[in-house]
Amino acid sequence: MTLPITGETARWLAIPFGMLFGALLHRGGVADYNVIVNQFRFRDFTVLKIMLTAIVVGGLGVWMLHGAGYAQYQIKPANLLGVGLGAALFGIGMVLYGYCPGTGVAAIATGSLHALVGFAGMLAGAVLYALSYPWVEKHIQVVAALGKVRLPEITGIPEWGWFAILSAIAAGVFWLLERKTKPGAAAVS
Amino acid sequence: MNENKESASDLQPRGRWSPYLVGALLGILSWLVFAVVNTPLGISTPISSAASLCAAPIMGGEAISANAYWTKFPFKWDYHMLFLVGTFLGSLASVLASRNFQLETVPATWAERFGGSKAVRLPAAFLGGTIIMFGARMAGGCTSGHGISGSLQLALSSWVFFLTLFGFGVIAAFFLFRGGSSKT
Repeated sequence: MTLPITGETARWLAIPFGMLFGALLHRGGVADYNVIVNQFRFRDFTVLKIMLTAIVVGGLGVWMLHGAGYAQYQIKPANLLGVGLGAALFGIGMVLYGYCPGTGVAAIATGSLHALVGFAGMLAGAVLYALSYPWVEKHIQVVAALGKVRLPEITGIPEWGWFAILSAIAAGVFWLLERKTKPGAAAVS
Repeated sequence: MNENKESASDLQPRGRWSPYLVGALLGILSWLVFAVVNTPLGISTPISSAASLCAAPIMGGEAISANAYWTKFPFKWDYHMLFLVGTFLGSLASVLASRNFQLETVPATWAERFGGSKAVRLPAAFLGGTIIMFGARMAGGCTSGHGISGSLQLALSSWVFFLTLFGFGVIAAFFLFRGGSSKT
């Protein structure tokens, strides 16, 4: 068997991989509206803990796999105006919806009816984007379009340096959070 | 309002795992998908392809096939669509195993601020969903594709996405939840 697996077999592997993803979102508590919204209110740091850990652990592994020739990077283009505007809308929408697309789908399975209604909203948002796509491609995605660049290339700091920085940030943030939130979490508000 | 449950972050409902464990496992899942199928985690692309199915009865099949976006991302039962289905099934299996399936229409944090009315919460969820998906497509990914998969590859686009999303989310939450539990 040679990796990566492609074609029909790869397609069906999407189900078990997706199931692991969905189960982890649920077990992590991020299929819960309150957990997501309270991250943005700095009252619950579950989302940040999960994301930072996933990025550091995942990043170190994928970097090593890439070095050994077992993984190819798949970088999304840095059309900075489109990414920035899109992310700003995403942040606002995420607070209103209380989920992101993945956790919304996971939340529907836990019985969240408003996540289901928001899923219909996501379909509507996709339709709106499809309709505005030609205009957005022409006027927004071409601004500050730097291509598929990575932080090591544009900063000159090598990969191990970035992972050292990210690990240090994660360790520092986790240490502070675990020190702070244990005794008097309720006293903050 | 600080009764005991709703916003207390330390309270771990049944079946919850440590966020560090879950984060590490998501990282390991990323190794697997990169090495085995060479496809990073992603969710918003299949949702937007699926939207073409829902739009077809309204807009007509011809308008769909003429649309530049759906020509690029047509609906098909490909890896990404099955991954989306798997995400739903995995969460369902997990919630059934931990026996905490519960219907929820108005979540506690929302109710604390805006009251328990479904007529308020459901339109807000719909609007939020609309905005989030429009943003995700404009940015070229969501919390999975950019936030996890892209950030871990040290992609510039993904870090811009992650930091901007977080910043605007904090601002939006400040304005939306300002004033605490004034309404009931």
